[in-house]
This record gives sequence, structure tokens and C-alpha cells, in this order.
Amino acid sequence: MGWAIALHGGAGDIPLSLPPENRLPREAALRHCLDVGIAALKAHKHPLDVVELVVRELENHQNFNAGKGSVLTTSGTVEMEACIMDGKTKKCGAVSGLSTVVNAISLARLVMEKTPHIYLAFDGAEAFAREHGLETVDPSHFITPENIERLKLAQEANRVQIDYTQPIQKEVKKDAASADVDSQIGTVGCVAVDNEGNLATATSTGGLVNKMVGRIGDTPIIGAGTYANHLCAVSATGRGEMIIRGTVARDVAAVMEFKGLSLKEAAAYVVEQVPPGNVGLVAVSSTGEVTMPFNTTGMFRACATEDGYSEIGIWPDSPSK
Amino acid sequence: MGPWAIAVHGGAGVDPNLPKERQEEAKRLLTRCLDIGIVALRSNVTAIDVVELVVKELETDPLFNSGRGSALTENGTVEMEASIMDGPKRRCGAVSGLTTVKNPVSLARLVMDKSPHSFLAFSGAEEFARKQGVELVDNEYFITEDNVGMLKLAKEANSILFDYRIPTIGTCGAGATMDSPLQMNGLPISVYAPETVGCVVVDKEGRCAAATSTGGLMNKMTGRIGDSPLIGAGTYACDLCGVSCTGEGEAIIRSTLARDVAAVMEYNGLNLHEAVDFVIKNRLDEGKAGLIAVSKNGEVACGFNTTGMFRGCATEDGFMEVGIW
Repeated sequence: MGWAIALHGGAGDIPLSLPPENRLPREAALRHCLDVGIAALKAHKHPLDVVELVVRELENHQNFNAGKGSVLTTSGTVEMEACIMDGKTKKCGAVSGLSTVVNAISLARLVMEKTPHIYLAFDGAEAFAREHGLETVDPSHFITPENIERLKLAQEANRVQIDYTQPIQKEVKKDAASADVDSQIGTVGCVAVDNEGNLATATSTGGLVNKMVGRIGDTPIIGAGTYANHLCAVSATGRGEMIIRGTVARDVAAVMEFKGLSLKEAAAYVVEQVPPGNVGLVAVSSTGEVTMPFNTTGMFRACATEDGYSEIGIWPDSPSK
Repeated sequence: MGPWAIAVHGGAGVDPNLPKERQEEAKRLLTRCLDIGIVALRSNVTAIDVVELVVKELETDPLFNSGRGSALTENGTVEMEASIMDGPKRRCGAVSGLTTVKNPVSLARLVMDKSPHSFLAFSGAEEFARKQGVELVDNEYFITEDNVGMLKLAKEANSILFDYRIPTIGTCGAGATMDSPLQMNGLPISVYAPETVGCVVVDKEGRCAAATSTGGLMNKMTGRIGDSPLIGAGTYACDLCGVSCTGEGEAIIRSTLARDVAAVMEYNGLNLHEAVDFVIKNRLDEGKAGLIAVSKNGEVACGFNTTGMFRGCATEDGFMEVGIW
């Protein structure tokens, strides 16, 4: 037993040739966010507070696809979504379609705690944020030059793509988006458990590069990208449409419960069920275990447990301490 | 592969004092929808087409809370949502925040078939609808006199009982009302009866499908999304079964109700009836909800822990039943 924390900055086709100027700031950010989370757990903060805190850090960091640094819709705008869940009570909050709220995860928390609802989106969510005095800024705050470039590349690749009024193969669309190799990098998340077995998860994202305006991914869908119950807390990343149909986050807990698998086994099993190149997740169990499986080229990730173990990594078998 | 089966619902959680004429009207609508589905199944229409067909009928009729006849937001407008899922490859489509689309379930189908995504909402969904050329109408089309009256009652109930914006201790929604069968979402059932609609079908090839559609919670905050468009919560279909849920949206989301039926079948080897019973008994905590489900073997089941659920089901051997209590 003991506390444990894991966080991710997105799973995707992260090229092994990622240049240092792209890799080092992200590794440093992961290390920083991990430290923030560890300090909070050591200070006996509730996991719900810990995951919100860490995800806020990741949202504020412009090199990850959440908050500032969110990828752009096909119209060049930002539409952010987030979700938070408490394992013990299964209380949860989710938001979608945000364009001015600095920290989507905090709005999700507010929805959970200050409304009779679970999920608010678009104008209604934005109005709610303003009513409650949450920090909002001009939408341009979130847009980075890298993402403008990513959108451009994705749209150029799509020119060979049939337009949306014809039935399309989802696989073909995926290849088009992969023309820019790190366009698949999406989503940030954090899971944590304290030494009383309290579990929490939080996920936040800008979604898919060149997504249709109004597109909602897996992140705010309880059971898809985000889930926690008395057994474990899970935050997933990857191709949203695959994670939704695979009910990935829910399945990790279900497999533990019904097949009696350990956290590691359950998470590995679930990841294997999703077509390769599409998913990664971080999870912790009520007994302080942690796992970070992925079937993509890489996943920006970090974890630590109370016994002093910690790990930061991008590709398989490349953890650094 | 097996016999076909179909089930429809018009919401779990029925006012025990519902006037006899309303009850008869509801049973007639459910019967009509079942008949539409049965005729289609006998003509070898696939499961996914049947669920869309039947839910369209339910949306078009103003009786239940979907399409025309949807519950109203706090602003007196209609915001509709729906989802559809095709068991064989677990393809899915969902929409939320629709204000002009005549048949939300059909737009959800188009999201599944004609877009690279699974879920579109609000203005983006409406724009997609325009591009797809689906039938669009004014928001007023969906608003009925009945619901305008209900909204007024809901606002009165809110101000009398408690400030609904700040949940009391306990889970959101049911709160301290779990002992009373006459309340849903913490407020009088005569006003808050969910009346979401849905349909689940297994066709002769053993393919399952599910679809759910709703106007959502009466007096909801604008922008509120419930369980109906959330895959795994209000709707789910896979190789084994198809499920559509209704009731307290927040409870259904938290318990991933539709997915859990399939999960206990898949991971625990329960049959459809056992799975439905298990989930209703053990997964809802203080929440109130119901669901309908079919299995690839041609079985049909429904379960609810509410006071009644508008429902109907039929199987290929000639069995047919429509009920409320």
C-alpha cells in the first residue's frame, strides 16, 4: 500500500528521431508535473486535488495538447474538453467545447461540485465558467505557432481525402492526419491514489488536429477516456473514436473486477483489444500499484510510488529516472 | 444465426397518478413502434436500420421526451441528443445540443456513417446537419404546450424545495429522496419523468444494435449533456447484445449502465437476463433508471428500479408485450 501517481502527456506516433529541442522541454515538463503531484500527495492532499493540480500544470504547458498548446479544429479554433472523477463516490464532472477557459479541468471539477449535472458543453459551459468567476482569456491565448503549422499540414494531406459528404474509411482519415507525425499526440491526464485508497483521475485535451467543429472525443466521456471506481483510476489517450467504442477506461476496472486480473494485467489486456497505434493509458489501483501501457510508438509519461520509485519516459523501454 | 427480437422504451420513471388516457396513448404509441420494427425485421431489414426507423417514429410523435415533445431547458428552448451503435464492429455515432434537426437519431447515424468522428455537438453538429441536407425546422416545432406548462411547474418546484444548483450531501440527483418512489432527480416525478426513448434490436443474422434519443432533463442548464448520447452510459451494442437506458442521467453515466450489461456478459459469462438483473440491482446505488436489452441469441430483457417504465418487446416466435408497471 502507499500512494502512487501517474501522468501522461499523450500517446501517439512520437518519432524516435524526435529532436532534442522538442523532447527535452517535454521531459522537463513531465518531471516538473510529477514533482508537483508527489509534493501534493506527501502533503496529504486528496487525490482529487492532486490530479486537478497536475492537469492544470499540464494544461498551462504549451507543449502538450491541452489548454495552451491545444490542437486546432478545422476552422483554426480551439475547443477544449476535460473530465474528472472520484473513485470512492464515482462523482464526476466533464466539459466540452471550451474556447476561453484557461483551465478546463477546473471547470469540470466545478460542474461536478456546483451543479446537479455531470457534463456541460459549449456556450452553456462557457457561461457557467463566467458565472463562477473562473479565469477566462481571449481564445488566441491557447493557439501556438506549432499548432497552426500542424493544422496546415493536416489540411494539405486531407486534400487527397474524399470530402465528408461521401462515406469515408476511418482508417484512411487516420493516415491523413498522421502525415504530420506528431499530430496524433493528444491529451494529458493524471491518476492518483493516496494511502487510504482514495482514487481520482483527470484528463484534458484539445482533441484531434483538424477535427470538425463540435467534435467530442473520448476524454469527457465517462468510461471511455476517464474512469475511476473503488478499484482503480484510469486516464486514456490516443484516437478518441477507438477509445469510445472500446470503453477503455471502464474496461480496465471491469476486467479487474470480473476476471480477477491485477491492474497491470487488466490494463495490458484492454490496450491489446484496441487496434495498434491507437491507445495508451495510465492507471493506479487502490493498493498503490501503477501501470502505463500503450500500443502506439510512444507515450509521454511519468509515474512515482511512495517507496521512492519514479520513472519518466516516452518510448517503450526508455524510462529515465 | 437466430431469431430476431426487438424492444422499445419511452422512459423509466412513470408518475403513478398518470391519467388513464395518457397511459393508453403511450401503450398505443409503443405498440405502433413495435409493429413498425416487426414489419421491418420480417422484411430482413438489418438491426441498425430498424433501431433508427423505430426511434425516428418515437421522435416524431410528441408524446415522449424526444424530438418533438422534448423537455425544455431552463431557457424554454429544446436541446436534443441521441446516439446509435452497431454491434458487429461497435461503430457508433452521437449528437448533442441539437436545436433544429427534426430527427436527432438520424443525424447520429450520419455521424457514424459519414464523418470521421463519433460525436458531434451544438453548432458543429448543426453545421454538419446542414451539409448533409437533413430536414431542419425551427426550434418552436419541438416545443409543446404540455412541456411549457411542465417547465413552469419545474421552476416552481425548484424554488420551493431547494436550490437545485447546489447539491446536498450525497450523490448528485437522488440525494435524500431515495426512499420516495415519487421523485426522480430529486424532484416530483409528475414534472421530471424522464421519458427518453430508445430501441434495441437483434436481427436474424444475430447482429445487435441500439439507439437512444432525448430532450434531456426538464429545466436543465443550457449546454447540459446527459447519458443518452454517451456510448457506454445510455447506449451500447457489441457482438453480444444491444442496450438502451433511461432514467436519472447522472446515475446512468456514473454507472456506465449500458456497457456494464455487456461487460458482465462478456467477462462474467452471465446471460442477458442475469446481466440486466445484476446491473439494475447492483450498479445504480441510489440512482433510479431502467433499460431494455437484446442478445445475439434472440433474447430480450428489460429491467428498472423505478416506478414503471414505458416499454414494449417482441420476439420472432410471436411473443409481444407492452407495459408500463
